[in-house]
Order: sequence, then C-alpha cells, then structure tokens
Amino acid sequence: MVQDTPRGSEAAILVKRLTKRYGKVLAVDDISFSVERGSVTALLGGNGAGKTTTIAMLLGIVLPTSGAIAILGEDMRAHRYRLLPRMNFQSPYVDLPHRLTVAENLTVFAQLYGARKPRDRVLELARDLDLEPFLKRPTGQLSAGQKTRVALAKALINRPELLLLDEPTASLDPDTADWVRSYLARYKAERGATILLASHNMVEVERLADQVLMMRGGGIVARGAPTELLARFDRRTMEEVFLDLARNRREPEPLNAAE
Amino acid sequence: MTDHSLALPAGIDTGVTASIRRIGAMVRRNWYLLRGSWPRLLELCYWPTVQLVLWGFLNTYLAHQSSFFAQVFGVLLAGVILWNVLFRSQLGLSLSFMEELWSRNLGNIMVSPLRPGEFVAALLSMSLIRTLIGVVPITFLAMAFFGFSVYGLGIALVVFFINLLATGWAMGLFVSGLILRFGLGAETLAWALVFPLEPLSGVYYPLSTLPGWLQVVAHALPTSYVFEGMRAVLVDHTEHWHLAAIAGGLNIVYLAAAAFWFRRMFEAARRRGLLLQLGE
Repeated sequence: MVQDTPRGSEAAILVKRLTKRYGKVLAVDDISFSVERGSVTALLGGNGAGKTTTIAMLLGIVLPTSGAIAILGEDMRAHRYRLLPRMNFQSPYVDLPHRLTVAENLTVFAQLYGARKPRDRVLELARDLDLEPFLKRPTGQLSAGQKTRVALAKALINRPELLLLDEPTASLDPDTADWVRSYLARYKAERGATILLASHNMVEVERLADQVLMMRGGGIVARGAPTELLARFDRRTMEEVFLDLARNRREPEPLNAAE
Repeated sequence: MTDHSLALPAGIDTGVTASIRRIGAMVRRNWYLLRGSWPRLLELCYWPTVQLVLWGFLNTYLAHQSSFFAQVFGVLLAGVILWNVLFRSQLGLSLSFMEELWSRNLGNIMVSPLRPGEFVAALLSMSLIRTLIGVVPITFLAMAFFGFSVYGLGIALVVFFINLLATGWAMGLFVSGLILRFGLGAETLAWALVFPLEPLSGVYYPLSTLPGWLQVVAHALPTSYVFEGMRAVLVDHTEHWHLAAIAGGLNIVYLAAAAFWFRRMFEAARRRGLLLQLGE
C-alpha cells in the first residue's frame, strides 16, 4: 500500500511495481512510474502492450495482482471512492447510452459526480465543446466526431484534476482530432490538470506529452520527454522511435525498477 | 473555457445526501430510457395484460361450471396479479442492469463515484418502478373486465407485495451477479430462472397438491407462503400473518445472500478485468 501524503506537493500518479496477470497471461509486468501534477504523460505501445489494463488499474476497475497505486497523494485501493470524484476518463471501450439524448446523458453524469446545478454544468460544457446543436439529439445518432466530443464532455463533467484518456482521438478525422488536442491542451493549461493518455497517434504524443512511457509486452521499455527520446534513439519522429521499439530494433532500457 | 465551481469540492461529497443523489442519477438515467422508448413501456404491460385476460376468462368459465369456483372467484386472478409482481420485480432489476451492458455504459458508471451498494439501490428502485408500471394497470383491468379487485385483500396485499418484490430482487441480484461474472451469455437466465417458482410456489393451487418431496422444496421458498396466505384471505377470509412472517424471514436471508453474491461477483469481475469488456 502506498502511504498517503498531504495534497498538493506529491505526484498526481505514483505507481510502484504494478503487475496484472490474467491466469497465465501477463498483461502488465512490474511497472513503476510517476506522473507530475499538471503534466501530460502518454502511454505508447502496440495493441496488447498493457496500456488499457494500466489505465483500468489506475481507475480501480481492474484490481492489480500486485503493486501499489497512489493517485493525487492517496492510496487508490484504500480511498477509491474519495478519489473518483476528482478524476475521470474517456475510452473507446465504453459508450454512453445511445437512446438517451446528449443532454440527458450529461445530466445523469453531472448528478453522479455531484454537480450542484447539473443542467447549468451541461450547458456550460455544451458551449465549451460546441455541443449545443446536438443537446436534444439521441447520442446514438451522432457522428464519430460528435460522439467523441460528448464523451469528452462526460469526462470533464466534474472538472477532473486527473484525466485518463484511452485513445482520445481514435477514428477521428484530422480536423476533429486536432480540435480535441487543442481543447485538451487548453484544459490542462487553464486548470492545471494532469492528463494521462494512451495513444497510437505519434503526432498527438509529440504535440501534447511532457513525458512518454513506451510499453511492450506489459512492461515499460523506454521513457522520457519526446525530445529526449528522439535524441536518445537518434530519430526524427516519435513514430520511428515507436517502430524501433515495437519491432525490437532497440533493446529495452533497464527502466522497470521502482524510481 | 468558463470556470464555475458547480461541483462539490472533493472530500465533502459524501454522506447520505450525496448517496441519495447518485442513486437518483441512476434512476433518472433509467427513467429517461423508459420515457423515450414506447416499446419498452409497452413490454412492461403487454404480458401481464395477456395473462390476466387468459386467466380471467378461464376463471369466469370455471365459476359458471362449479359452485366452488364461483365461491372463490378471484383466486386465479389474484394469483396472476401477484405472480406478475414477482416476475416483474425480478425482470425489472435484471433488465435495468443489462441495459448498462447493452449500452456499454457499465465502465463509465463504475469509474464514477457511484458505489456498488448505491448501484444496487438504484436497481431496486427501478425494479419497483417497472413493477408498478407493469402490474397496476392489470389490477384496474381485472376490476373493469372481471369485477375483481385485488385491493380487496386489504393490508395483506401490501405485505404480499413487499414479500414478492423482495424475492424478485433477490433473484434479480443473483442473475445480475451471474451476468457480471459470465457476461451476457447468462442473460437468458433473467427470463428463465423465475419460472420454476410458478409451479413450486402454488400460485394457482394449494401446496398440498404437490408431492411430499416437492412440498419440502416449496417450503424453502418465500413465495409459497405468500400464495398460501393469499388463498387463506380469499377462500377462508382469514389472514395468516405467521405465513407472511416466515416469508419475510426467508426473504431477508435470500436478499442478504444475493447481495453478498453480487458483491463477490463484482469483485471477481474487477479481478478478471471484465468491467470494461462486458457488453454486446
């Protein structure tokens, strides 16, 4: 168990020797990392690298086999329900009920997260995310880009201090994806929020991330700021760094030990 | 980006008020769904109505053929109505749970501050609402078409209703736990599991009709005491409160066991990483 520390000074996320096994399958292999408050960290890796499982463990919907997680200075396992109102997430693996209108879905989550005036909060987010024209439309009738914005609105409904995003721009056209990235950058800058995002999009990572954690086979095989990784791997783009690691062209760095 | 402080500050969003608000949010979510889907609303009333009409005409026919049935007119109709309380409460809970899986919304809910106990409380509330929507109309149909008022059972009706609701909840929680653990492959149980209780509980005949060994099984079911109690009121015009008490005691045991089971299955789903994967 990670010892609780007072709010404010500690890392937003502190993970120590985290492991997840599903039977004989090792999904996450003894990883340790920390994420500074107010920073953006990208989890990179191919399919099955362990990114989604890591995020799910940070949220507490998957229980680790071993290891410890501290979120915003508190032990996640012991204080999950104290922490959840301060964080939120978006993922392509979940959806909002299609039959409910956008306004209905967001109102439900505003109430779940304790907004004092749920309808006001929904209207505020609708203005921020250009959702006003769709508020009364069933969520299932929206385009992929519109759905992503609604999912983002749900993820921001409680003004989270920690935002966990699993492939936030997957299946979006370049224009919408760029809009989402700009919005996230603005949200982080204005609220001092911490963002951890899993992504396959290297442009996104180079643009948003202060720190990159490269995952392969459940472990972290490289980490650092994008510029550091480019220099270390002597590559021009993060995509080249990613391919080097994904295709075993470079040996993993000895980074899995606790920091 | 505007910045108001509409959300409660972290750390104070606890206690009974917050809990009730979160339960209310889930009830609201299900109410939006029902309100916006007339097929779902129709389904709630459709089968109870068909059953009532069928058994109502059978009851009328038998009453014309036999003085015994004429004297106990309404026993079959009361059986249909009370059976639907059980069936609808179980199905109402299971369907409200499965709606979250069908819409792939369970992951969103499980990372919200909603606690498992609050989720269950919301499911129970929705079960009650769905049961009332399904059953109340047929009580008025029974009055209008067959001249039978189940409300004539008086205070006993309330006791029977609460007991049957509780049994339905216990079964609904059990089924929901199975679905949590084994996925939507187990969803047919939501419809099928309750039906063996119909013959075993003596909905339409006294328990003494059953062979001895089945009576032993029947005595372990809260529902059998409810239907025996119902017949006592309608046939003998006496209220056997001890039967209601036994049913209540059994329901407490079964509800506690079902809640424990649901909690265990929830934790198993967390261990196995199923909460993000459950869906169609």
